[in-house]
Parts: sequence; structure tokens; C-alpha cells
Amino acid sequence: MNEISAVEQVGLPILSAIVFVPVVTMVAMAFLRGDRALRGVALAGALVVLGLSLLLVLEFERGTADFQFVEQRPWVETIGLSYHLAVDGVSVLFVPLTALLVVVVMVFSWSAVRHHAKAYLMAVLAFETAAMGVFTAVDLILFFVFWELMLIPTYVLIRVWGSGSGRGRAALRYVLSMLMGSAALLAGFILLGVSHRLAPGSEGTLSFDLMVLMESPPSPETQTAVFFLLAFAFALKAPMFPFHAWMPSALQEGSIGMAVFLAGLKMGVFGFLRLVVPLVPDAFATWSWLIALLGGAAVIYGALLALVQSDLRRLLAFASVSHVGLAMLGLSSLNAQGLQGALFMLVNLGLVSTALLLVAGFVHQRVGSTDLAALGGLARRTPALALFAMIASLGAIAVPGTSGFPGEFLVLLGAFRAHGWPAAIVVLTVILAAAFVLVFYERAFHGRIRSAVVESVTDLRRREMVIAGIVGIAILMFGLFPSGILSYTSASVDDLVSRLENSITVAAEK
Amino acid sequence: MDATGLTPLLALLVPLLGAAGVVVLRHRTPARELCAIVAGIAQLGLVATLVPTVRAGGTVSFTLSAFLPQASIALRADALGVVLAGTAAILWILTTLYAMGYLGTARDPALTRFHAYFCLTMAATVGVAFAANLLTLYIFYEALTFITYPLVTHAGTTEAARGGRRYLVYQLGAGIAFLFPAIVLTYLEAGTLDFVRGGSFEPGTGGALPVIIYVFFLLGIAKAALMPMHAWLPAAMVAPVPVSALLHAVAVVNVGVFSLLRVALDVYGLELIDTLDLNVLTLVITSITILVASIHALRMDNLKGILAYSTIGQLSYMILGMALLSPAGRTGAVLHLVGHSFSKITLFFAVGSLYVASHRTLASELRGIGRQMPWTTAAFAIGALSIIGLPPTVGFISKYFLFVGAVEARQWAVLVVLSVSTLLASGYYLRILRSALFDSPSYAAAGASSGLTYAPAVGERSALMLVPMLLTAAVALLLGVAPGLILDLIRMASG
Repeated sequence: MNEISAVEQVGLPILSAIVFVPVVTMVAMAFLRGDRALRGVALAGALVVLGLSLLLVLEFERGTADFQFVEQRPWVETIGLSYHLAVDGVSVLFVPLTALLVVVVMVFSWSAVRHHAKAYLMAVLAFETAAMGVFTAVDLILFFVFWELMLIPTYVLIRVWGSGSGRGRAALRYVLSMLMGSAALLAGFILLGVSHRLAPGSEGTLSFDLMVLMESPPSPETQTAVFFLLAFAFALKAPMFPFHAWMPSALQEGSIGMAVFLAGLKMGVFGFLRLVVPLVPDAFATWSWLIALLGGAAVIYGALLALVQSDLRRLLAFASVSHVGLAMLGLSSLNAQGLQGALFMLVNLGLVSTALLLVAGFVHQRVGSTDLAALGGLARRTPALALFAMIASLGAIAVPGTSGFPGEFLVLLGAFRAHGWPAAIVVLTVILAAAFVLVFYERAFHGRIRSAVVESVTDLRRREMVIAGIVGIAILMFGLFPSGILSYTSASVDDLVSRLENSITVAAEK
Repeated sequence: MDATGLTPLLALLVPLLGAAGVVVLRHRTPARELCAIVAGIAQLGLVATLVPTVRAGGTVSFTLSAFLPQASIALRADALGVVLAGTAAILWILTTLYAMGYLGTARDPALTRFHAYFCLTMAATVGVAFAANLLTLYIFYEALTFITYPLVTHAGTTEAARGGRRYLVYQLGAGIAFLFPAIVLTYLEAGTLDFVRGGSFEPGTGGALPVIIYVFFLLGIAKAALMPMHAWLPAAMVAPVPVSALLHAVAVVNVGVFSLLRVALDVYGLELIDTLDLNVLTLVITSITILVASIHALRMDNLKGILAYSTIGQLSYMILGMALLSPAGRTGAVLHLVGHSFSKITLFFAVGSLYVASHRTLASELRGIGRQMPWTTAAFAIGALSIIGLPPTVGFISKYFLFVGAVEARQWAVLVVLSVSTLLASGYYLRILRSALFDSPSYAAAGASSGLTYAPAVGERSALMLVPMLLTAAVALLLGVAPGLILDLIRMASG
């Protein structure tokens, strides 16, 4: 695997800048007082990161599977650790996506978060650093460090600024689930490093570098062990059925900002694509049936439970479980369309989940509830919000012309090729059942106004209009211009697939 | 001559601009309506510039975005697309004028929404017309579903909501459950989604899968209202008359038939349809649809209901013409698409005028209306004659082609179906005409359904409604007298 250094490409260590500008912003904020100044500085920091990530996307060289914008410095050489950042087609789009979501959350919180705004904004920035680190680290231990760093801001954002009375319990449940996963993740990483040291040809050096490790996959037994350790951690994070128990409560009780990150950034599925597939391809190919099975079950389970929810945020949590299952089904098909579709879906879910959670947030601010019982007829008072909710719903049910469609089309194509009719039926279930979002939209926004609160609500403010507009336009744009995403991802996906095919043929020869 | 050009894209963008203009001008009437009409004229002009190219067999294409190999998001204007887009553009302009008379030009936000969605409907229709492949067609096809939904529920009543929900469930359910898989399977089987005249499947493709895919297409393209996917159409009748006119003559149903024609001509190809016996399947389904719909129409009294079932039957004529596979049958199919649009919209306009003037919605209330509203009745008569298929209307010409096509194809059973359904259509249209022209007016009957206890002053109302109605009726006559005006284009579209 070739690496192109950041200095050659843009003349500055852009990934480090993206990861650490939020930290610098936090430090600056520590010396500031006054609500407006604090919010202004935090937003400026987030906008700088967004600008840098757009530069990253512009300068990214498409059509190659090489790792780009590489920065590498030795860290703890005796145990083979290095500070190693890079992006390729799999990860590059998550950087601008994260940056966008952070800006959106900050603008949203402008009026939504009134108490301890300073701490709130700092937690969001801390989360941004950790998330950017996860998406760009290519050293396993570095990845793990960022992965763990995410835990603290997430806990705080659910615990302190959550909107539900059960937020303490939800935050605790989240942390405990993640800690279980972390233990498995670390064990898996160490197992990989050690088995590399013992492997012939490594001259006894310890390495946790993705580039090094993916060139020489370990023995089948080790691969199986590593696969299950990593899969457990990522399945918990995704969350993948049946490890999803933390998700509905976290989304319902937590702050909208945190919900956007939890539902919008599917790091668990990303973990499969980034680490599991290239590091243990044989085990992944061998156990892909299990992933397909769990994915299929998740699709149907999530869709059915979403159908019976009357609260928008709980509905979104189960819809999210269902969509993660679909992405996993795409991965399990082991072909280019399936993987491509899964990756496309992840980007789309980032936009669509955010859009729907914003709708939930806007509605909650205005009506004080996101339960159907309190809504009805909103569109008469809030036409702009209704239009935004409509676009978000269409994206969620993957209507052609929205960013939801290309991903699900590709997943269906890949899954049908790999698994035949059963997969096709599963995929169609999710899309049909996804109509639940549309049903919710219809009941909440149309019909007669049933409460005095709804009678007096106001439409989106200009600030809200801006973030809703950006997300809404992105949903429509990527639906009509899917090549805007596919041209970034395809080379890296093809490389992953060739690794998988390699292991399938090797297995067949044995 | 296959060229690359911006015209198809512009024809798609103009109505989008029109929609934006309608929203911007929402406080100024009738500038708001004029904006929509100007957009319609611009769109018609753009489509007209394509006519010389496509009549010579050429195409104009424009690729928006790559997606999969052999399945990009792309536009391509050919003769068939121009026929649909041109018909839609002309009728859009006239329907907008008519709507100004029917709904008024108040500064009502509901009317702004109405005209804006009308514009969007045209964008989606042109998108379908100029789609270069199944993927692009599907995008605009589904967009049309969502765009027309607020138009169906325009009235805002519970009944409208119920009708609208049924409309959405049928369209969306069929689209997701059948059309979407059909497209994915087509890609897996043929390796391409591009439209190729003569078919994109490998010659000699066999087995069960192509047949299954074809059945999925028939079920999935619910906009063509083939039985058993037809029930949305009578339900959508809760819409105001200009919307019904748009749904049943201009945009939605034409898009449905057009999509099936595309599938038959440019995905399967007539040869493959013949070898797989899919033509027989299609003939059986369309024949059943035609007969059952005619019988339904015969038993109804509600005018819009009669028109809805009449439409279901007429749409099947077009698909049946294609399934005859013979040149005359195909020409008849495409000509019927155009002719039916002008004839049926005339009928809707007339029914709308009657409603505005007298609040009558039942066929049995029209006794003697001929003397009170002569122009409306005359237009209704021309539309009805054309739908029945009597000279000198365009319906006669297209039905003539269909009969010849059936003989060419040696489908004697189809001849019987065509004859019987013509008789049935005469039954339900001539009944209305006779009563309108020769019975003496009965106010008691009118009062029965509308609750009126006095004799309403009935007469022609607004020129804005009268002129579009007379124009569409005139076109139905003109094309019946001089079909040669468009026959070249139609032959190229169906060839």
C-alpha cells in the first residue's frame, strides 16, 4: 500500500490540524467569558475544521486506493507505537461529515442549550477531536486512544444536557456497554500485534500499524479470535442487533447534539470497513454468513419496532438499528456493490439522521414534546420546518433522487448477488417499513391542529433555516449526483474487495 | 444523429424556475399565475426545438452524474420522449389558465402551493420523458408521486386526506415492492439500465427471470392503472378538477403508460416480448382491465367517477396497442396517448365548468344542460366522441390504428374486446349527451345531490375556463381531420 505524505500534497499536516484545532479552540475558550464570545469562538473553531476538511476533500486524489495526507512520527518505539494519521477512500468522507455535524450541533445549541453553555461547547469540541482521530488514525493503539477519548464527552453530553428524566441511567448504560467493547477491542489489537511479532519475516518487531499488519494477515485461528473480539466491540458501537440496548434510551434521553453524533456517525460499521475487513479478511469472509444473518435480523427487528413507536426519537433509534443492519448486510455480500452501498449508506445516514434529529429538536423546542399525541397540523404554522421534515423523511425511506437511494440500491444489488432472494426480501422489508417515518410525518405535520401549543408555534428562525437548508440540500444533491460520493470511495472499496476475493480463492484452494 | 446538448436539461429546469417564481410572486396575482404560464411556454419552446432532430431519428443527451457502469443519471431526448413532453407542456399551459378560472386568483397560500407543485409536476414529467435509462426514469417517476400528493389533498378535507393516503400507499407500495426490484434485477440480468431501441437484454435471453421481472414492471408501474393496481385512480378523484385533469390526462397516467412503453420497446424489445409470450400476458391483462373498467363506468352516476374508470380503460388501450407488436398497433398506442390526453382533458374541463356553474356532479343531473351551457356541452360532446372513437375526432384515428394492428397481429379476440368496449363507452357517454341535449331541465334532480331548493341560474361562466376547453376540443378535432401533422413523429416514436 502506497502512502502519499501530507506535506507533498497540501504543504501542511492537515489531518493533525483537523484533529487538534478543536483542542486549541477549547484552550482559547478556557480564558474567555461572556456567552456570545464563547459561542463565537467555539463556532469559529468548528468552521475552521470544516474549512480544512473541505480542503482535504478537494485535494484528495481520487481513483487510487493509496493512503493520503500521511503523517507519521515515532511515538513509543520500544513497543512499536507511532503517531500515524492518514485517510483513504473509506475514511475521507467522514472527516467533512463530522465537521459538518459539529457545526450543525453548535448552531442548533445556540438557543437550545442555555445552561453551562461553555462546558457544553467544550464537550462538543472534545468529541470532535476524538471522532476525527478515530476516522484518521491508522495505528491501532492510536485508534484505540481516540476511541476511548470519545467516551467522556459522550457521557457528559447525555448525562448533563439530556432532555429526559432517565438521562443518568441512559448515560451509564452507554458507558458500560462501550467499556465492555473497549476491553475486547484492546485485546484484539494486542493479539494482532503480538502475532505479527511472532510471525516469520517480521524480525521480532512489534507493530500496530495498519499498513504493516494488513500486508501479512495472521494465521486462520488468530484471525478468528481477532475477528470475534473486534466484531463484538464494533457491533456494540454500531449498534448492531442484538447489542443495541443502549441506543433507544441514549437517543431519547440524551441531548439532541449527542443524538446527532450517536446516530449520524456510524463508527461501528466504519470499524468493520476500516479494520476488520483489511486486517482479518479470511475470518471476515468465513463468518460473513453470521453478519448477514444478524444484519437481516436487525433490519426486520428494527423496522418492526420502529413501526410501533409514537415518539419520534425512539422511532429514529430503531430505524437506526434497522439501517445499520442493512449496511452490515451490504458488507456481508463481500462484493464491490455491497461494500460501496454500505459506505454510501453511512454517509447518507449521517445526513438523514441528523436531519430527522434536527426536526425532533426543532419540534421539541417549540411544542415541548416529540410524541405524536402532542402534535398534528404543524405544517400550517411551520411550512419551512414541514418542508425540511419532508425532505428528511424522503431521504430516510430512500426515495430515488435523495441520498438514501444510491446506497440502498447498491446494497440490494450486492446482497442479491451474494445471497439471492432472501436478501432481497429483507432489503425490501426495511424500505417498506421505513414508510413509518412518512406515516409519522403525515400525522405530525398534516391534519387538523389539535393543541393550543401547536396553534401558536413559530416557523424556523434564520439561523435554523441555514443549517436545515445545508443538510436538506446535501440530501438532495447526493441523490442526483451519487458520483460525488462514489468517485471518492470506489478505488479503496475495489482494493478491499480484491483482498476479500483473494482470501476466498485461497480458502477454496485449500 | 446522436448529439449532446443542454436542451433536455433546460426543459427540466425551466419548470423548476417557474416553481421558484411562483413562490417569490406569491403576494402578487395574477403575476404568480403568469409566471407559471411563461415557464410553460418556455418549456414548450424548448421541446419544440427538439422536434426536427428527433423526427429524423436523432437524440440529444446530457449526463448529470455517473453512478454504476451502464447506469448513470442521464437525460436523452428521443421521439417518444418529445411526444410525452410536448403533450404535457401544451396541456400544462391550458390547465393553468383553466385553474385560474376554476380556483380563482386569490392571494391564498393554498393557491401558491397549488401552482408551485403544478410546476414541479411538469419538471418530473419532463424528467421521465427525457430519462436515458431506467434509473433516471425511476427517480423522476417517484418524484412525481410525492409532488402530486399535495395536489390530490388540496381540498384539505378528511375525504381528501383519505383519498390522498390511498393514492400514496398504492404508488409508493407498488414502486418499492415491485418497480425497484424489477430495476435491480434488470441490471443484474442485462448488465445495463440504458434504453436501447430493440431492447437491452441479450438476444435469446430465456428462463423464468425475465418473465418475473416483466410482471414486476406491470405491477410496479401503478401509474398506468392496470388492474389490479388501478384503485388509486378513482380515489384520487377527491382532487379539484384541474388537478384531476393534470393527473388523468397530462402527467401521471401518461407517465405510467410511457414507462411501460419504454420497458417494452427499449428494455425488452419487441422480439424478446414475442419469444417469451409476454405479449399474450399483456393482452390478457389489458383486455380484462378494459372490459371491467367499462362496466364499472357504465354503472356509475358520478361524473368524475365515470371519467376515472373510462381513463383506466383507455390507458389499457395504449398498452394493448404496444402488445400487439405490429407497426399499426404501436402507432395507435402512441397516437392514443396524445389523442386521449386532449380528449379526456376536454371532458374534465367540461365537468369542472358544470360544477362551477351549477354544483352538479352526477350524470343524471345534466338533463337539458345543453341549452343552458351550449359551449361546454359542445366541448363535452367532442371529447366524448373522441373517447368513444367516432370520426371526425383523433380518437377515431387512433382506434382505427388499433383495429388494423389487431388484424395485422391476427389477434381476433382483441378485435372483439375493442368492439365490445367501444359499445360500452358509447353507452355511458351517449347516455349523458342524450340527456343533456334532449331532456328538459330538471331542477329537482339537481337539488337532490347539492341540497339546492331553488333553481340555480346556470350558464357559461368564465372565459378563462371556456377558452382552454374549446382549444383542447379543437385539437381533438384537428388531429382527427389532419392526423398527418404529427404522424411522422408518432411513427418515429413507436418504431
